Amino acid sequence: MALLELDDLRARYGETDVLHGITLSVEPGAIVAILGANGAGKTTTFRAITGAIPTSGAVRFDGRPIKGNSPEAAARLGIAHVPEGRGTLAALTVRENLALGAFTQKDSKRTRATYERVVSYFPRLAERCNQAAGTLSGGEQQMLAIGRALMMEPRLMLLDEPSLGLAPLIVREIFALLERINKSDGVTILVSEQNAKLALAAASHAYVLETGRIAVSGPSADLNRDDAVRKSYLGY
Amino acid sequence: MCFLQRSEASPRREAAGNRGAKDLRPSSGCAQAFFEREELHIQELAQQVVSGLATGSIFASLALALVLIYRSMDVINFAQGELAMFTTFIAWQFTEQGMPLWAAFAATMAISFAGAVALERIVIRPIERAPQLTIVIVTLGLLIIFNGLAGWIWGYELKSFPSPFPTAPIHAGNVTFSSQDLGVIGVTLAALLLIYLFFSRTKLGLAMRAAALYPAESRVLGIPQGWMLALGWGLAAVMGTLSGLMVAPIVFLDPNMMQSIVVYAFAAAVLGGIDSPVGAVVGGLVLGVTLNLLGTYVDFIGTDLRLPVAFAIIVGVLVVRPSGMFGHRRLTRV
Ligand SMILES: Nc1ncnc2c1ncn2[C@@H]1O[C@H](COP(=O)(O)OP(=O)(O)OP(=O)(O)O)[C@@H](O)[C@H]1O
Ligand SMILES: [Mg+2]
Repeated sequence: MALLELDDLRARYGETDVLHGITLSVEPGAIVAILGANGAGKTTTFRAITGAIPTSGAVRFDGRPIKGNSPEAAARLGIAHVPEGRGTLAALTVRENLALGAFTQKDSKRTRATYERVVSYFPRLAERCNQAAGTLSGGEQQMLAIGRALMMEPRLMLLDEPSLGLAPLIVREIFALLERINKSDGVTILVSEQNAKLALAAASHAYVLETGRIAVSGPSADLNRDDAVRKSYLGY
Repeated sequence: MCFLQRSEASPRREAAGNRGAKDLRPSSGCAQAFFEREELHIQELAQQVVSGLATGSIFASLALALVLIYRSMDVINFAQGELAMFTTFIAWQFTEQGMPLWAAFAATMAISFAGAVALERIVIRPIERAPQLTIVIVTLGLLIIFNGLAGWIWGYELKSFPSPFPTAPIHAGNVTFSSQDLGVIGVTLAALLLIYLFFSRTKLGLAMRAAALYPAESRVLGIPQGWMLALGWGLAAVMGTLSGLMVAPIVFLDPNMMQSIVVYAFAAAVLGGIDSPVGAVVGGLVLGVTLNLLGTYVDFIGTDLRLPVAFAIIVGVLVVRPSGMFGHRRLTRV
């Protein structure tokens, strides 16, 4: 059974329809990519999944609709959303940001162990632990956002354009870490990207979003191999 | 703490108002008289500063209550003072029934906390996303309701409220301090330390800060916005109650007891920076000391002009430095 299923998911801002019926599924343990240009609706899709905006259609996590249909409820079920712009709690320290990632965790011993694992992925965070998170560099803030999401011990991680505004070297580093996290922690990942090449390399499946609709979808290898798809949707 | 006294006939007034007497001491020789007077001035100054710090502590507690709610909702809870008055009446009722004073205080604190949490969940929650003006008007409504309710239950005549502190003054060298003043300062500082530790050392306190500063981001982390708001109301009510319990032995208890105090508290909060808890405390203490010294040494201010001076401070700060001493200029909200 799929871990996450969207069935004809629609969303609007005010009078403007933005998502016109998205249907997709994410298998447990997979990395799945949502590709699309600016304004395609990637961020809106994530916000619709967590219930941050009103929607129609179905979102099923683990076969069930998300009760309460709110970001808090999604987090409690183990859906960690790393939002566009990283959601840094800028005035709080790095350590406090990480501690709040574990807000839904009750077992403090286990949280300590998770913390140790997170800083083993991102040693830079340990070095900066007492620094205000807002003073970190963009790349460091992205690492903090991912580390904070891991503190939740999520089953599913939603990553909204992790490459945004980062140097290519850092982006490759981050994608390598995501693959490592996916393998060793068993976290299922749904990641949105404009950098299609990089995302397809990491993901097993991909959905190409075009103005609120899914234009093409399939295994990454197939999309990569299809010249027409590559030219018209992926831009390389 | 003399200027909080409302009634000239109050028996406690004499203890604090012995300024005139000191100047009339006999002196032998000009130089000696000069130095003696200097020393007396310094002693008096020390007393007035401590007395101002005591008043300021009361302002600080209530100012902190206002700031805690302002930070999470961007509105002033105009009912904060009346809630404090109401819970102080509850404490009075307990002591009337023979409960020991500190036990009555503890029970009242618990009731304030639970009551304010319930009030937020029942009255504020339905209008959480309404325009700020709506919320402000609801808090004004609560002000009127709690004032009327207190009058209806307990009546309007002044009630004397027992002080938890000894009456004997405390001598430190040549200076004499009132135990009342030192007690108020001590209890307030202890409460502030606890609040500080709660917000800086506990996960829940941290989550409350995050929810107030970054509502959208913290919901994503699973922090329930609504409950954090309710807890904030609870803590604010506890700090407000503390100010009520500390001021009631000085000014006598009646349904209008907190009305001028809440103006001073607002002035303190604005002075410190309306979104800064540290600012609220420093603002309260600075305001308490300033008003006390102005009232003592600037004759025309006396007791009558203190409230207008507080208002002048509010207006002055809002014009010159709207973010106050410690506040942050608000960036646009998402
Ligand atoms: N808060 C909002 N109010 C109104 N319209 C919005 C809002 N947020 C997004 N939109 C519109 O919805 C559409 C999809 O936006 P969305 O942010 O989901 O795109 P995106 O794929 O994430 O783009 P990007 O790559 O630039 O982040 C856009 O046309 C955008 O203008
Ligand atoms: Mg986006």
